[in-house]
Amino acid sequence: MSGNVRLLDDTLAAAKAEGRSALIAYLPAGFPTVDGGIEAVKAALEGGADVVEVGLPHSDPVLDGPVIQTADDIALRGGVRIADVLRTVREAHAATGKPILVMTYWNPVDRYGVERFTAELAEAGGAGCILPDLPVQESGPWREHAEKHGLATVFVVAPSSRDERLAEITAAGSGFVYAASLMGVTGTRESVGAQAEDLVRRTRATTGIPVCVGLGVSNPAQAAEVARFADGVIVGSAFVKRMLDAPDDAAGVEAVRALAGDLAKGVRGRA
Amino acid sequence: MPSTFFIPDPEGQVPSAEGYFGAFGGKFIPEALVAAVDEVAVEYDKAKADPEFARELDDLLAHYTGRPSALTEVPRFAAEAGGARIFLKREDLNHTGSHKINNVLGQALLTKRMGKTRVIAETGAGQHGVATATACALFGLDCTIYMGEIDTRRQALNVARMRMLGAEVIAVKSGSRTLKDAINEAFRDWVANVDRTHYLFGTVAGPHPFPAMVRDFHRVIGVEARRQLLERAGRLPDAAIACVGGGSNAIGLFHAFIPDADVRLIGCEPAGHGIETGEHAATLSAGEPGILHGSRSYVLQDDEGQITEPYSISAGLDYPGIGPEHSYLKDSGRGEYRAVTDDAAMRALRLLSRTEGIIPAIESAHALAGALEVGRELGPDGLILVNLSGRGDKDMDTAARYFGLYDTDAEVAADEAGTAEIEGDAK
Repeated sequence: MSGNVRLLDDTLAAAKAEGRSALIAYLPAGFPTVDGGIEAVKAALEGGADVVEVGLPHSDPVLDGPVIQTADDIALRGGVRIADVLRTVREAHAATGKPILVMTYWNPVDRYGVERFTAELAEAGGAGCILPDLPVQESGPWREHAEKHGLATVFVVAPSSRDERLAEITAAGSGFVYAASLMGVTGTRESVGAQAEDLVRRTRATTGIPVCVGLGVSNPAQAAEVARFADGVIVGSAFVKRMLDAPDDAAGVEAVRALAGDLAKGVRGRA
Repeated sequence: MPSTFFIPDPEGQVPSAEGYFGAFGGKFIPEALVAAVDEVAVEYDKAKADPEFARELDDLLAHYTGRPSALTEVPRFAAEAGGARIFLKREDLNHTGSHKINNVLGQALLTKRMGKTRVIAETGAGQHGVATATACALFGLDCTIYMGEIDTRRQALNVARMRMLGAEVIAVKSGSRTLKDAINEAFRDWVANVDRTHYLFGTVAGPHPFPAMVRDFHRVIGVEARRQLLERAGRLPDAAIACVGGGSNAIGLFHAFIPDADVRLIGCEPAGHGIETGEHAATLSAGEPGILHGSRSYVLQDDEGQITEPYSISAGLDYPGIGPEHSYLKDSGRGEYRAVTDDAAMRALRLLSRTEGIIPAIESAHALAGALEVGRELGPDGLILVNLSGRGDKDMDTAARYFGLYDTDAEVAADEAGTAEIEGDAK
């Protein structure tokens, strides 16, 4: 069974056709529980997110700030397994019909086996994967299997990426390009980096695939600001923080739904 | 004139241009660090080819560090090792008390060449942190050291030394609160501050070019020891032995002997409470290949690639990874790796102290325990070279508790000072 890379492409194209940015949410699987995490992903999609990145928690999340570290830690202590991550993808996609990606670090995928992981992610209805510590030079084996199984390979670009490197990365990527708004780890911030717009402009000069901006975007006003120049707005820590701050799991799910609704207005320029 | 103490690998055979030692190494880093890591590689290549860099580093190593370090024969200690002759390479006598200064001075010079003004580093036992804080004081660089919270307690003396030298020490409270987590936090800092900051990585792990570059800065250990031993004993050793955490002192000792096929290269890993208990940090003995901190190497991990929490009485060896060149030496058969328990290391620490008047670091005591075993295997004709990578001053609190050397009052006073949890960590 082939993965849903086409669904991802079509979803981003549809948002563009509506003259708006897409809203992409990030939520870790297994947080606060596996079933609770599935409910949160569904709530984000029902609330207004176009795409969700499901985090596969890792013991050593070197690119994540304290909020996602805390959620990963809760998920891992709860015993989350890769099978649970795949079930999250399957159930959220089945319930909503929307594209779901997995975001994780390279070691869990490498250890599980690239062939097995890509085959099972495609079978679960996944649309692709983001592996921020797998640089394009080391990504050959991954891409071979991802292409075979109809999965997008979303690469991250950073303000420090030089133009020739951007061209190399975007030539190898598919689905969309994840443009990091600033130099740093995940987390909510007061303002989105001023470097983001320049990075999107430089990235667009190398590719026709959509360029979405993440890192630090947490509220509708920021989403609206980024939506002026990017094809998509990626929000992670703000969702996780709402869940961490909620009095109980059900309230956490509703907080996710509400934030997705607010951000969906933001990406339509109505913040 | 060839340099005396900066002696990078003359072969240039490994790693490959992509940073691979056989199947191990590479560069698994976030895009935000690619430009910075590439800059380190380019600047290091330039420095290697620049006689002025070698001259500056040689001068520091001679007149600041105190190289060459001594080679000391330890006959009273060796009497417990089946009569084999044992020589210690005395990296503990370097300024700051360990081998770490060799690498730190090299990378500090490189930091200046790159025009960066701030240095960050991780530390386990505090030896790399102290050496880094020292170099930053010497060169006028801002310095931030990340150290696991557990390690800040069991190596409190080194925390005070770093602060005395002007460094900011940040206690890392995530994960297992030891060396691995300190490295994670240093990477997070580097991503955010890469413009003016160099990550002065302390061991032969991490993304290319760190494993090869850090090795080159420590290569002097084996080059000196080889020459010294030929002069003193008239032949090469049967075995060169070193402790391995990340593996920097071991690769420094081993590297000059790799072409000497008859010299066994033996790395001693921390078996903690015993590999069978699961409480250990014996990465090569009990790990599987994986990716941690930027390179492919052996890693302690579960069946789904989650890194497992290591344990060792020694903060400097309490790490679930290992430098990729060691993984290569293991798989190629050129290196041998054996595991040494906390108890065996502590016995060797006491034995060297009482027979030779040298108190080793607990890290180095793992190599000494290995030497006692290997000596008995070799018999009276054996000749063993051990890298005494650091001195034991920093470990006196752990050792005093382990052996019950405190008067009760002092122990109570220390507990009240907030170090009560050391007991649980150390036993």
